[in-house]
Amino acid sequence: MPLYSDTVMDHFQHPRNVGKMEDADGIGEVGNAVCGDIMRMYIKVRDGIITDVSFITFGCGSAIASSSMATEMIKGKPIEEALELSNKAVAQALDGLPAHKLHCSVLAEEAVRAAVKDYYDKNNIAYDPAVFGCDMACAHEHDHTPTEE
Amino acid sequence: MYVYADNAATTAVSPKALEAMLPYFSEVYGNASSLHSPGQRAAEGLQRARETVAKAINADFKEIYFTGCGSEADNQAILSGAALGARKGKKHIVSTAFEHHAVLHTLEKLKKQGYEVTLLDVHENGVVTPDDVAAAIRDDTALVTIMMVNNEIGTVQPIADIAKVCRERGVLFHTDAVQAVGHIPVDVKALDVDMLSMAAHKFHGPKGVGALYARKGVPLVNVIEGGQQERGKRGGTENIAGIVGMAAALEEATADLDKDMAYVTGLREKLIEGLSKIPHSRLNGDREKRVPGTVNFCFEGIEGESLLLLLDARGIAASSGSACTSGSLDPSHVLLALGLPHEIAHGSLRLSIDRMNTEAEIDHIIESVPQVVDYLRGMSPVWDELERGLTPHLI
Ligand SMILES: Cc1ncc(COP(=O)(O)O)c(C=O)c1O
Repeated sequence: MPLYSDTVMDHFQHPRNVGKMEDADGIGEVGNAVCGDIMRMYIKVRDGIITDVSFITFGCGSAIASSSMATEMIKGKPIEEALELSNKAVAQALDGLPAHKLHCSVLAEEAVRAAVKDYYDKNNIAYDPAVFGCDMACAHEHDHTPTEE
Repeated sequence: MYVYADNAATTAVSPKALEAMLPYFSEVYGNASSLHSPGQRAAEGLQRARETVAKAINADFKEIYFTGCGSEADNQAILSGAALGARKGKKHIVSTAFEHHAVLHTLEKLKKQGYEVTLLDVHENGVVTPDDVAAAIRDDTALVTIMMVNNEIGTVQPIADIAKVCRERGVLFHTDAVQAVGHIPVDVKALDVDMLSMAAHKFHGPKGVGALYARKGVPLVNVIEGGQQERGKRGGTENIAGIVGMAAALEEATADLDKDMAYVTGLREKLIEGLSKIPHSRLNGDREKRVPGTVNFCFEGIEGESLLLLLDARGIAASSGSACTSGSLDPSHVLLALGLPHEIAHGSLRLSIDRMNTEAEIDHIIESVPQVVDYLRGMSPVWDELERGLTPHLI
């Protein structure tokens, strides 16, 4: 049985919205290199709508696929809707992720929120800090179950 | 073209080995313990295989115990050494930090039973020194177990010199030679080891068959209790087809060993030279003291699993020591034992070739890997920060 669904492989091999954005309104970066995955998400906002989004990611196949899927899911959406994007929704849209890769979808959710927070901060837009409760730094769950070759 | 460059994980059964095995499934199907003629034909096949395997490593056939895999041979050797030591009140074992988990997890188990374990540093080059071993041996040392060739980085350990230290100090010595047998010369008399493990599937034999060499007089404890098979040291009706396949594969692998080693070394040198051109890359393990076919690189700024998946899509099978491929939080314990930081170890690639690989295949690897590394770096925030000078390059 292959590790990943066809949808994950498609988004991994043909990532949507990949690349840096020079004139982004908000940039969010989550994860850390020690853990093995970092996602950076760029958003452009007009009248409360995310008009453009892109990402760059260091990480495994599911990390790249999760970033790609998340960008598709928030593009053209109002910010409030983007903030509601859950890791479950990302994983579902990818037709599922292996249990020990679910944290990649959590990272995607966090990357979107980090980008929005950055946009709010840069534009002095007031927000309820509780919405961005976590510190975004490698807060995702890792699976510690060792497997053998 | 699909290039299989993961021979350290496992190999294809060679046509010769397969041919040797086939009759033992349906024609010579007797139980080697049976007195009737079908059983005796099976017993003859088993005996010939035992002699062939013994000859390949310069042992006596009575010193060969077939097992269910390389891991079982490692388990049995270590548990035997530990039990023998305990009888003399010795409960200390010396090993290294970069052994296979078949060894490390057995040692963990022994620790819970009150044994003390010293894991030697493998240094930046992945080679243990006999002096390190000498310094670690104590009066209560029961066993030293050190692998001959590391499975991830391919470095060869000075086994004969280490065995000499152990002999002088009167300590039992086992070596996990799973990655060595069939690839480099292994002569148990010249090495003067007490026990040595091997696995058929690493040299074009079948999976699920291994063997333990135990020098005459070394008492083994059973991992599998049962009948009188393997001189009473390993219960269970023998997997004759597998054992015959192991012998045939080993005979073939050692028939022209010098020539094969020169050939594979040539391919490896070309591979190392080609991949070294990738900026901010690093060859892991000693440049010289290595098995002919195994090459391990780290590429800064990328993660190993995505590298493997893209290489697979381009027709190259390889492996990596990244956390994502190991299924745990940490990257490979071997790369960490070399002192590599996590972020570098995540970007590792192991290519393991052997006599079945061709130069055209090496060319395909040398062409593809830099392209995939470039592509992944192009979408990596880690690489972006390195390139903008926000974080310093580590390699
Ligand atoms: C060095 C080393 N020791 C032990 C083993 C275990 O062998 P097996 O898979 O036959 O149990 C392997 C292979 O996975 C290995 O590379």
